[in-house]
Amino acid sequence: MPVAAWFATVKIQQENGEYVLQELLSGNEAIARGAWEAGVTVATGYPGTPSTEILEAVVGYKEDIYCEWSPNEKVALEVAAGAAMAGARAIVTMKHVGLNVAADPLMTLSYLGVEGGMVVCVADDPGQHSSQNEQDTRQYARLGKMPVFEPSDSEDAVKMMAEAMEVSERYRTPVILRSTTRVSHSRSMVTLGERRKPNEVGFERNPPRWVPLPLWGRRMRVEVEDRLKALSEATSTSPSNRIELRDTSLGIVAAGIAYQYVREVFPEASVLKISFGYPFPDKLFREFAAKVDKLLIVEELDNILEEHIKALGIECIGKEVVSPIGELSVDRLRETRARLEGRELPEPAHLPEEDGLPGRPPVLCPGCPHRGVFHALGKRDVIVTGDIGCYSLGVFPPLNRTDTILCMGGGVTVAHGMDKAGESRKLVGIVGDSTFFHSGITGLLDVAYNRGKSTTIVVDNRTTAMTGHQEHPGTGLTLMGEPTIEASIEDFGRACGMKRIVTVDPYDLKETIEAVTAEIDADEPSLVISRAPCPLKERKPIGPRRLIDEEVCITCGKCVKLGCPAIESSEERVRINPLLCIGCRLCEQVCPVQAISKEEG
Amino acid sequence: MKSEITSVLLVGVGGQGVLLASEITARAALAVGYTVKTNEVHGMAQRGGSVTAHVRYGEEVFSPLVPMGEASVLGSLEEVEPIRYHNLLKPGGLAVVSAQRIIPTTVSTGQATYPADAKDRLKRVFPNLVYFDAVEEARSLGNPQAANLVILGAMSTALTLPADAWKESIGACVKPKFLELNLRAFARGRELA
Repeated sequence: MPVAAWFATVKIQQENGEYVLQELLSGNEAIARGAWEAGVTVATGYPGTPSTEILEAVVGYKEDIYCEWSPNEKVALEVAAGAAMAGARAIVTMKHVGLNVAADPLMTLSYLGVEGGMVVCVADDPGQHSSQNEQDTRQYARLGKMPVFEPSDSEDAVKMMAEAMEVSERYRTPVILRSTTRVSHSRSMVTLGERRKPNEVGFERNPPRWVPLPLWGRRMRVEVEDRLKALSEATSTSPSNRIELRDTSLGIVAAGIAYQYVREVFPEASVLKISFGYPFPDKLFREFAAKVDKLLIVEELDNILEEHIKALGIECIGKEVVSPIGELSVDRLRETRARLEGRELPEPAHLPEEDGLPGRPPVLCPGCPHRGVFHALGKRDVIVTGDIGCYSLGVFPPLNRTDTILCMGGGVTVAHGMDKAGESRKLVGIVGDSTFFHSGITGLLDVAYNRGKSTTIVVDNRTTAMTGHQEHPGTGLTLMGEPTIEASIEDFGRACGMKRIVTVDPYDLKETIEAVTAEIDADEPSLVISRAPCPLKERKPIGPRRLIDEEVCITCGKCVKLGCPAIESSEERVRINPLLCIGCRLCEQVCPVQAISKEEG
Repeated sequence: MKSEITSVLLVGVGGQGVLLASEITARAALAVGYTVKTNEVHGMAQRGGSVTAHVRYGEEVFSPLVPMGEASVLGSLEEVEPIRYHNLLKPGGLAVVSAQRIIPTTVSTGQATYPADAKDRLKRVFPNLVYFDAVEEARSLGNPQAANLVILGAMSTALTLPADAWKESIGACVKPKFLELNLRAFARGRELA
């Protein structure tokens, strides 16, 4: 869903009598606000929960900031890098797995460096609320030898964007700003500031600076190491890292949002708040350790600070009392505290009333066009390799029509790999429209080029649906709302060399089943495009609502097997919830006794 | 010195208006001068999944999420959803639950059953329970979509925020043409609590 714009602005009088404006912003809105205040003029990205709303908020500043949804994170990072090489301040946004896609340009951009400030905003998802894995983006900072900031709330996000831009320009390095789900999607107060004057833009030709051929790249490698040493001094004196001395019997090093949980669970303890943690602020670690009797390290996901502090020869505890798996919380740190104090916390009460509560997994919406494709695939014993998007929900009962999911674009290529391995069943790869443009095209080219036989189905619902309906190269609109080209999936298929290309209306089950069956049976690779816009985006009915005539219904359950949330069944009857039905007609088409028809009137 | 943090939890199913109710609560607390933090669910969980919104306010607030046993009040727009979150409510805290049932597909497809004894379960889990059909209440006021404001009105009786702050906040959060309806829905909720 698009982020709600709250704009709850309040006026606060400061001690010096002056007024400041404060606003309740989500972490993502605060990152966008920080970018605007820092004088950013170019912002790029690819949608991905929990990072999506950063660029959606940047659009609010489109008079001052050029912004785009790029086809994927690699492209987005390169575009932002180009802007920063020319002297502009730029940001690029993505979720943690997006940085895997963008890692190639980032690792070498670290060598080239930047002229204008460049901040790579990456949102991690500890606890995997909307992600296929847990990754700690701070590892990339170490790998690429570049600084990383970790805001603990929205106010931090605005301040750290300003500092990250300064650091980026002073040390000529890209900087990572690592958010997490709870920072990105929590709201807290932000003091609003003025916009810094944007940089002058003008690229300066200088091949030894911008071309990492080995001749010059080897020199850059040495400079990167020198930069790290200089930055290690900077992190020890940064305002983003601070020692809060209270009772010194226990000192806690807390990074990112862990700081908030630590303050609530250990209110009396001394704390070293780390929000600019790499290159490691060794001086601060030593200073803090010398002031406290016992040292505890609390960080979300990997124990990066802890391992380094131990390597410095400082005694501390961390992962033995704070597991690196999943997201932290006040509740988890209360368990940590209890263990440290040799207490046992009572288990959270499990009541008999909780038994047998029906699960509520995410499902395809009423009227979702993907449902027709999954229904058609249910007619055959094929292996279906899926991809990242709403259609990943096809894995759940009653559809049960997805066998694997790997990564963006993997739907196309994993099918091809199984085919080449000699899998005896037919192979079908599924990919969405936005995902096809993101990284499905190269896979399709591989299938055609290397004489594969798998069927690729692009479920084109004309939007990036799962992340809340962002535009992409096929929609005809840019992020800034300008009309543009509509890239054609059929044309891409032809250009890749696909000979069999068919487009179907997924609301017409007969047409969809026939096409899918014919393409599966074909002995050469084929491309099926299922095209119908996402009804959740269109916000209007597809047709008149459907009704079940209970006199005619034989409660066979065929309509129920479509997995539509509007179809409610109990032992004695099946009914269509009129508040949910949007008239897609799929249930009418699967009913063997014509019990379902459109509502009268 | 530890100042008191007030925690409020709203639950329901995507699309029921949980986020609007949490926004109104947050703004009402802001209007009184409290520091506020909130958290909301985005992404995959929104596709028919269980939705929660957390609001916390006080002199100083750290975690944006409500820890176990700390919610002063729990409001739910769906009948059985609040049972999943009972551990977050303070012992004896107020639970306001609508009799609305949103049937999950796990029930429609026979993998699970919707508890027939939902009301009895609620009474046992929440000793301090206010239970009514918020959609029916809102419908009788003219628009079933104001069910979230009826729930919020009932929840507000467990919070110390003044009436003016609620009124101001509702005025800032809903469209002018729905203001009158929403204020009446909120007032109706206060009567029902």
